[in-house]
Amino acid sequence: MTFKEILAQLNIFAQCKKYHIPLWQCPQFLFMLMGLVIIATVITTYLITALYITNPQIVILIIFGLTTILFVITFIINRSFERLAEANRMKSEFVSVVSHQLRAPLTNLKWTIELLSSGKKVGKQSEYLKIIKENNKRMEELINDLLLVSRIEQGTILLNKEKVNMKDLIEKLILRFKTFADVLNIKITFEARENLPMVFVDPKQIELAIENLLDNAVRYIKPSKRNLRPGDKRKEKVEIKLSKTDKNIYFEIKDFGVGIPEQDQKYIFQRFFRSKNIMKYQTQGTGLGLYIAKGIIEKLGGKIGFKSEEEKGSTFWFTIPLISR
Amino acid sequence: MKSILFIEDESALQKTFGEKLSQEGYEHISALDGEIGLELAKTKKPDLILLDLILPKIHGLEVLKKIKEDEEIKNIPVIVLTNLEGIEEIEKAMELGATTYLVKANYSLEELAEKVKKALSE
Repeated sequence: MTFKEILAQLNIFAQCKKYHIPLWQCPQFLFMLMGLVIIATVITTYLITALYITNPQIVILIIFGLTTILFVITFIINRSFERLAEANRMKSEFVSVVSHQLRAPLTNLKWTIELLSSGKKVGKQSEYLKIIKENNKRMEELINDLLLVSRIEQGTILLNKEKVNMKDLIEKLILRFKTFADVLNIKITFEARENLPMVFVDPKQIELAIENLLDNAVRYIKPSKRNLRPGDKRKEKVEIKLSKTDKNIYFEIKDFGVGIPEQDQKYIFQRFFRSKNIMKYQTQGTGLGLYIAKGIIEKLGGKIGFKSEEEKGSTFWFTIPLISR
Repeated sequence: MKSILFIEDESALQKTFGEKLSQEGYEHISALDGEIGLELAKTKKPDLILLDLILPKIHGLEVLKKIKEDEEIKNIPVIVLTNLEGIEEIEKAMELGATTYLVKANYSLEELAEKVKKALSE
């Protein structure tokens, strides 16, 4: 280790900045703090002992107090190490999920191109070109999602805010989902309170958040309802509502799909988390949709939540402040 | 004509690899989830099974276990063909009796056809 490297190691603030965690959670800083407290403890103990040599109770009490402080700092250090270990675990999970999710469309592209360029006669070329187009889109979406996740984590998500009419925005989005919903025989209903005020948000980001919620609601329909034919009267429903409270616009989306098992509910907003029951029906998916939706809504100053019951369905809601920060 | 059961939920892969198998003169039997895959393995008794791991309804490793437990089909060679590359999955698959474990993204259709040919001749 060179002298320069030793100096760099001693620059605690730079070290902590590297981890993207606050100073009071950073092990380097906490170790330095503990060192200083130990030195202070030794000096104070010496001085107090010299001063109150005749009254051991006070000495014991003060030493007890200082030891407690040391104990608390050790506890915080321990917690910060746990956090770093967790971050490390998430990182390797990230590599594994991303490589798997990227490999699927990559394999599709690779094999299709190989087949088309082999010179041998293949079926309809247009079908293979469609595979290329779809998988290209899949990769593009994944990469955009990953970039957004990284921005959410670092707090550098860019917002181009403007006045937005949420009702219009949602109506357009539902129209875009119509084909997808029709195939699954799902009816999307939308109810908006009249004369809702405009909100000051980034339309693209809020659209992405709602899109992720809507996509989940439609995608995780119960498997028993999956094979209904278009035109069947037994339509599955997704209900969207838009209303207003004193300070917020309130959005709600309700589905009657597979729901989220109780034990999985606390992890549902974590990145890459996918509930066990949906893995049975939908093998594709990154587990980033809700993480992104939460990141966007919170960045816009709102709150997001849900209630869900397995086999009965889920209701996700969020708020957007009427006067956005 | 030798028959090959390809258990894979990506319909695009079924199409491309299925086309390649047909070009090579094999009968391609397609299964889009673990349940159908297992059923077709029992009823069609193919000469070779290519098995993905992340599958709807029944996980690939469970399918492999059930195949190897079934007296009638346990001797059909099973090539695990997936994009998962975890040591755990590889060990488990080999332990359960997979002939080999291949990562899809690492192979071209031509190379896979070679692997299929080799597995069928063993």
